[in-house]
Amino acid sequence: MTSPVLERRSGADRIKGRAFHLFLLSCLGLGLVCLVVLLVQVVTKGLPRLNIDLFREFPSSSPRRAGARSAIFGTIWVVGICGLLVVPVGVAAALYLEEYADTTRWYNRLIEVNIQNLAAVPSIVYGILGLGFLSRGPLNLGFVVLAGSLTLALLVLPIVIITSREAIRAVPNSIRLGAYALGATQWQTIRRQVLPSAVPGIATGSILALSRAIGEAAPLILLGGLTFLTFNPTGLDSPFTVLPIQIFNWISRPQEEFRVLAAAAIVVLLAILISMNAFAIFVRNRYERRW
Amino acid sequence: MTAPELAASPDLGLGSQSLLQASRPRYSEQVIKSVLALCGFLSIGTTVAIIGSLAVPTVEFFSEVSVVEFFTTREWAPLFADAKFGVLPLVTGTLVTTLVALAVCIPFGLGAAIYLSEYAQRRRRAILKPLLEILAGIPTVVYGFFALTFVTPLLRDVWFLPGEAPTVFNALSAGLVMGVMILPTVASLSEDAMTAVPQSLRQGAYGLGSNKMQVSTRVVLPAALSGIVAAFVLAISRAMGETMIVLIAAGGTPNLSLNPAEGMQTLTAFIAAAGIGDQPTGSTGYKTIFAVGSTLFAVTFVLNFLSIRLVRRFREVYE
Amino acid sequence: MFRITALDFYYGDFRAVRDVNVDISGNEISAVIGPSGCGKSTFIRCLNRMNDLIPGTRVGGRIEYHGQDLYGSNVDPIEVRRRIGMVFQKPNPFPKSIYDNVAFGPKVNGIKQNMDDLVEESLQRAALWDEVKDKLKQSAFSLSGGQQQRLCIARCIAVRPDVILMDEPCSALDPLATNRIEELMIELKREFTIVIVTHNMQQAARVSDRTAFFTTEVNDQAQRTGILVEVDRTEKIFTAPSDQRTEDYITGRFG
Ligand SMILES: Nc1ncnc2c1ncn2[C@@H]1O[C@H](COP(=O)(O)OP(=O)(O)OP(=O)(O)O)[C@@H](O)[C@H]1O
Ligand SMILES: [Mg+2]
Repeated sequence: MTSPVLERRSGADRIKGRAFHLFLLSCLGLGLVCLVVLLVQVVTKGLPRLNIDLFREFPSSSPRRAGARSAIFGTIWVVGICGLLVVPVGVAAALYLEEYADTTRWYNRLIEVNIQNLAAVPSIVYGILGLGFLSRGPLNLGFVVLAGSLTLALLVLPIVIITSREAIRAVPNSIRLGAYALGATQWQTIRRQVLPSAVPGIATGSILALSRAIGEAAPLILLGGLTFLTFNPTGLDSPFTVLPIQIFNWISRPQEEFRVLAAAAIVVLLAILISMNAFAIFVRNRYERRW
Repeated sequence: MTAPELAASPDLGLGSQSLLQASRPRYSEQVIKSVLALCGFLSIGTTVAIIGSLAVPTVEFFSEVSVVEFFTTREWAPLFADAKFGVLPLVTGTLVTTLVALAVCIPFGLGAAIYLSEYAQRRRRAILKPLLEILAGIPTVVYGFFALTFVTPLLRDVWFLPGEAPTVFNALSAGLVMGVMILPTVASLSEDAMTAVPQSLRQGAYGLGSNKMQVSTRVVLPAALSGIVAAFVLAISRAMGETMIVLIAAGGTPNLSLNPAEGMQTLTAFIAAAGIGDQPTGSTGYKTIFAVGSTLFAVTFVLNFLSIRLVRRFREVYE
Repeated sequence: MFRITALDFYYGDFRAVRDVNVDISGNEISAVIGPSGCGKSTFIRCLNRMNDLIPGTRVGGRIEYHGQDLYGSNVDPIEVRRRIGMVFQKPNPFPKSIYDNVAFGPKVNGIKQNMDDLVEESLQRAALWDEVKDKLKQSAFSLSGGQQQRLCIARCIAVRPDVILMDEPCSALDPLATNRIEELMIELKREFTIVIVTHNMQQAARVSDRTAFFTTEVNDQAQRTGILVEVDRTEKIFTAPSDQRTEDYITGRFG
């Protein structure tokens, strides 16, 4: 008696349900298709210039002779210094928030909300900060490696803090109690038990943060970085250019050959990012402990 | 060490008060704590520095250009000899590119989120989600290149809508690509919100004979709403703050228009372009960067806080 | 060794333990028994100030250790925990090698002695040496639950404490492993004072010299507070308790 009712219902609904399922799949598919198309387009376009000259030559006004050498070295310098600055500070802030701070206090809650907000502040605003404070303004460093690194460090600091906090929080409390019960001080507990256990997570998060820094162009452009450099940086106070800026520079040229060069440099940039991410995944899978 | 003797003769009646005192004061513990706290407070310093670096030139700017002129006149040409300071064209530029981006990332991001949270099996989800998140890790300059050299030519070739085909620089292709860039953020945050909805709610609905689509759209979606709205708000903030894509693909001409097929300049693109122009420190052109930057910062600041509040409200309900 | 008078303990506004008066003497095993939630763990955590680590807690009354106020203003809780060690309910070895687990305590306490000897001695006294002597560099997680718990005991012994507190040390172990730990405790009481919390009354009867029975008291506002009902020699508690509530509990008539 009930079976016709059941059947009618399921008949109409099944089609609707299938259509909905298909729609959802296509939403996800859109993203993935875009990803594939983008990669294919960039690689095919850049292929003619993907050769050793790209790494060996400095930028030049003649597209045939131009390369990304100073940009690659600049990226290594700026992101390297950025990492040296941001990882210790970010981990320290994360340790403070997770291990010391009483989060019922208003000022500690302010820090937390503030970090969440900073993570979402547009990157160009960090560029304005760098322009008004570092490269000009009070510090007046000029457009040098240190100014670029500091700007990027402030930009990715919230990411390092947030990911490190997660890694520290994942260390079970029984480890801390075990150390305290042996007469360890708070810092001994953190330094010798909590931190070593959290290192894989912190490393993964830091790599991801630095890969964000590698791709940033907007804040550095604002610092005054759209210059034409035919030498590698030699220190914290030397001018520099980085890959994304060099790419932007080439995109803005009218000649098609520069676009090909830009595509080739993009492939290099993406290759760096993919290796970093692969390394992060490797670290996570290899060392991360599941409690 | 006194411990062994102590263990050997526990009831010695140790009168000495020093027994349980620290053998030496632990200053280093305090020093370390202070250093760590300092690093924590550094983030507040960053915000203060941002506001500080924006505020001073902005105030100076508005002593030279009236606020009314800034927000109401319709022409933006601050770097010309005959300077015009009407920010509206930049605002509409930002508005149009943002709306186009939202039109992509909200429906498709939400759809992907529903799929990942309600439909995909665990194994498939574990593969698809990281794949989708690769999109969020691609540098924006790459997206800009893609918009300019692939999406725009494609749009111009296949244009079938009424009106002129898009120009070489146009808001449409910048917005579309920006939408793809933000899609994983929307998908990921919405999915987090939906997976936090307790299983019992779903089971209750299935018990009443609902099918998967009904459960997803009528039970899970409303229950996760504030978390999902938080994702949308964050998406708006991201789209408004994006620079490189619009700088590369939407062109550099301020244009008071709502037609996405035209080229236009956004707030962010103006800031970057003015930075490229290397304004002398202290000139009106230099201060303009900060005035526009303040406008951008203020709007995204409000959006970010709204998003943080919404997420917090959502967490309080379910966690 | 311990003289506890009028001990009250609060988690925020919640009074978990009320008015405990008891003496604990040296080189004995004292057992703490009682129904779940009556504050046994809370009580022994007061003895080495582990409760200090939980924010918002407060101690009232007085705990004297060798005649000295444990909560006195110039007492360093780190030093207290060094002398009064603790073994937890669930074995919690550090995610390091067996050797490093034992060596951690002496290192942080600046004990200057040949570390290899100290590790060996501690493991031997915890009756674990023979089982692990060939794999000291292996992860502590490669050990069985019972071995892990003995490792935690070895780790505790290595800092040469005066007292060892054990909070249900066998509740996560099988009977065989439990048996080994009980033997170990009897062995250790020659050198250490041991306070053990247990749910297992046979265990209390087997190993302890004195037993304290705690229970929960419900007041008119339906607040549950732990109180000490009685404390006496273990045979006395198990054969002729002086309080009806103790008798009900040990004969299993308690809910
Ligand atoms: N960290 C804490 N914060 C707040 N209340 C707590 C905390 N730890 C324990 N309590 C409360 O204090 C009371 C006593 O808890 P305690 O853990 O001491 O009991 P117990 O006798 O050890 O129980 P069990 O036999 O289950 O281990 C309980 O009501 C418990 O809810
Ligand atoms: Mg307990």
